Amino acid sequence: MAHEIVERNKGTDDLILIGIRTGGVHLVHRLANKIKEIEKVSVPIGELDITLYRDDLMLKKEQPVLKKTVIAFDISDKKIILVDDVLYTGRTIRAALDGLMDLGRPRMIQVAVLIDRGHRELPIRAEYVGKNLPTTSDEVIKVLLEEEGEEDRVVIYPPSPASQEGQRVKT
Amino acid sequence: MLKRKDLLAITELAPDEITTILDTAVSFKEVMARDIKKVPTLRGKTVINLFVEPSTRTRTSFELAAKRLSADLVNVSTSTSSLTKGESLLDMAKNLEAMRADLIVLRHPVAGAPHLLARALQCGIINAGDGAHEHPSQALLDLFTIRERKKTLSGLRVLLVGDILHSRVARSDLHALRKMGAEVTLVGPATMIPRGIEPWDVQVAYNFDEALGKENQKPDVIIMLRLQLERQEKGFIPSLREYSRLYGLTMARLRRASPDVLVMHPGPINRGIEISPDVADGLSSVILDQVTNGVAVRMALLYLLMGGKTE
Amino acid sequence: MKIIIQGGRVLDPATGLNEPADILIEEGRIVDIRKSGSGQTRPDEIGLQRIDAAGKLVFPGLIDLHTHVREPGFEYKETIRTATEAAAAGGFTTICAMPNSLPVNDNQSVTRFILNRAKAEGLVQVLPIGAITKSSKGEELAEIEELKEAGCVAITDDGNPVAKSSMMRLAMEYAKTFGLPVIDHCEDPLLSEGGVMNEGVVSTEMGLPGIPPASEEVMVSRNLILAQETGARLHLAHISTAGSVHLIREAKARGVKVTAETCPHYFSLTEEAVRGYNTNAKMNPPLRTQKDLEAIRAGLSDGTIDIIATDHAPHAREEKEREFSNAPFGIVGLETALCLTLMLVEDGILTLEQAISKLTIEPAKFLGIKKGQIKVGMDADLVVFDPAEWWVVDPAEFRSKSRNTPFAGWKLKGRVLMTLVKGVPVFTRTPTSLEKREA
Repeated sequence: MAHEIVERNKGTDDLILIGIRTGGVHLVHRLANKIKEIEKVSVPIGELDITLYRDDLMLKKEQPVLKKTVIAFDISDKKIILVDDVLYTGRTIRAALDGLMDLGRPRMIQVAVLIDRGHRELPIRAEYVGKNLPTTSDEVIKVLLEEEGEEDRVVIYPPSPASQEGQRVKT
Repeated sequence: MLKRKDLLAITELAPDEITTILDTAVSFKEVMARDIKKVPTLRGKTVINLFVEPSTRTRTSFELAAKRLSADLVNVSTSTSSLTKGESLLDMAKNLEAMRADLIVLRHPVAGAPHLLARALQCGIINAGDGAHEHPSQALLDLFTIRERKKTLSGLRVLLVGDILHSRVARSDLHALRKMGAEVTLVGPATMIPRGIEPWDVQVAYNFDEALGKENQKPDVIIMLRLQLERQEKGFIPSLREYSRLYGLTMARLRRASPDVLVMHPGPINRGIEISPDVADGLSSVILDQVTNGVAVRMALLYLLMGGKTE
Repeated sequence: MKIIIQGGRVLDPATGLNEPADILIEEGRIVDIRKSGSGQTRPDEIGLQRIDAAGKLVFPGLIDLHTHVREPGFEYKETIRTATEAAAAGGFTTICAMPNSLPVNDNQSVTRFILNRAKAEGLVQVLPIGAITKSSKGEELAEIEELKEAGCVAITDDGNPVAKSSMMRLAMEYAKTFGLPVIDHCEDPLLSEGGVMNEGVVSTEMGLPGIPPASEEVMVSRNLILAQETGARLHLAHISTAGSVHLIREAKARGVKVTAETCPHYFSLTEEAVRGYNTNAKMNPPLRTQKDLEAIRAGLSDGTIDIIATDHAPHAREEKEREFSNAPFGIVGLETALCLTLMLVEDGILTLEQAISKLTIEPAKFLGIKKGQIKVGMDADLVVFDPAEWWVVDPAEFRSKSRNTPFAGWKLKGRVLMTLVKGVPVFTRTPTSLEKREA
């Protein structure tokens, strides 16, 4: 994926990687490291919390806890790669787009995800996909990472009663 | 999580609820640092500022907080409201709720007025100051300001100086500080220290200089309270001059404290009476930070109280 | 009309009577008290209306020294009719109407108005108490002799204290001329200024301005000194603090002519009842601390406090449903006083005789009226009472027009089954709607 990103953007000029909390944070650091290996350049990294831009806040029983957005530079006129672990309905990316627009006017935004599990509910697509993984909408997908003390792997859980409740408001 | 409909008093909050509010406010302070100081989070929600007691600061702070969350805010103040025509507070509030207000921010000269509304209404109530009872959002922004600078609240030594008897800010502050493990000393003339404070577990000092300069017990934070000029008329103090001489924070006094002490004040300031201009504008003063943080903390309160389904 | 109340245990603290007896009533007077249970109907018992009091207590009708009937002027809160209905339901056969009506009862025309209304509409006897000063403003003496002539049994400025000591001294001396007792609501208005509840730990926490105990004690002290000096008959209304009890006890030991009253809320509740800004626990003098409550109980027990009165103060719902400082002072009390007093018997503070006497013979002695006793020749003002029945206080069931009580939901023991005034039943208990539902 790192190679694809560099190739498509013809280098790393004005490139910024922004990971969406929480799934995209570790991945964005990995991607940045890979790009550094390839191009010998450090691409700036940011972390974006989209909680305030979610479209489902009023549907949840409790207010989700806010996490910090850390983007220490101006994003205007930059090429942004939004990174997340799983692309599903597209609502998270939509919220991330709104959040980025409030921070500046990027030249371009592209999306990179590790897993695309289908079932889009909005016209959102990812330019860079690690793996396409067809699922049913009542299955649960979890990406587990070394950085969190797990073995790197993607797990698909069969539908469970609890997960069905969560499904409706999943991103 | 804040599993509550209202914020009426600091005494009703648990320490972890306070921590949640402060942590949430951190994110909102970041939003306020942006060019576009607005997020769509509370779009379509309606907040009413019901200020039966006038205020510019607090009212504007709540207004900005609501608008930056994209909520709609309406200001209702006494002079223009039907309360002057004899309508009861409860009726006025029920009318506002009938217009589908989601939350009412109430400031009122009588203690317990927010409780009266909270009992009767479905929508949430935030107490923006009720008589001499409490001013919870002020205490929360004070805690935020202290935590931001000192990194911790537990174990800090805080002086609360002035007319404690009539101050709702003092009450909310000391309850909040005690809950988070800080030590509190009340400083003021005996006429301005209330009776019946034993359950508060605070110290009392009549001598400001001593309280400032105690070796190994120097305060980390000094919160100066506003002196209402009418108190002299009622005989609580003989004159403003004497009060200022004994309890005003001057540069000379400030030097008795440690160099990294924080000077705070809820505003508005009586320059030259409880605090001298050079201290108010000086390096130790975080008074303006308090104002900035006030909006962030109030955004956090609105977010935490208004979001989610009300069961 | 001839009536016989049969089979009850007759309790009359004045005479020491405490045994099963039948009471024979004719033309509104008690004509005989005879041993019951003989099983045979005596000749003079034939053709009588019978009231079966088997297993119940019968005691003298209660006398309340301190009722705010609100008429004339505040009929939306209460009228003489509804106040006497509430009184009858609570076992009271005589109530004293406080003068803070509108207009104030400071002249004979208001006194006569009250007496006329009571005659026309009242279920129980209403005795007016006149004002000490014109409009109770504390500035000029009211025409006290005229008030007495018209039917007032005492004078007070209640609602207000008599703040000026010089005025109180004059009033005491003047009233002495006519043998009228002077009742004072003991409060130093400058000390209590702005206060809405007891000054202490709770008021400090709630951020409400307090009324210090000193405010009452300073005036109790003043009144005792003036009473001693003038030789007037002084009565201290609604005593609420330990300090007051101490002062009164000490003054009585010195021989000062003083009587004192307290109200059921001062021996049943403390300032904690105000928490949550409960305006139904707001009255003046306010509810005090546990120490004060215990001192009041001790004062009742050792006779320092002679009389229990209700200070029945009705207020409309919209008046109490306000911000705490803006709500008026006062709670109703006629319908709960007796049972709250009897809780003192349960707690061993008073004997049953002592408890009843503080509501019957003691107020009667103070007023100098022939009531409060069960004696041949006296008016048949009586209460038939079931000492065992438990009930829950439900303000919706009150006969009073107003509902402002802090005792809603309390479980109390003992129920007034019937109240008779001059032999006429003015109240008979029918099951309440709650009881009907439960039955």
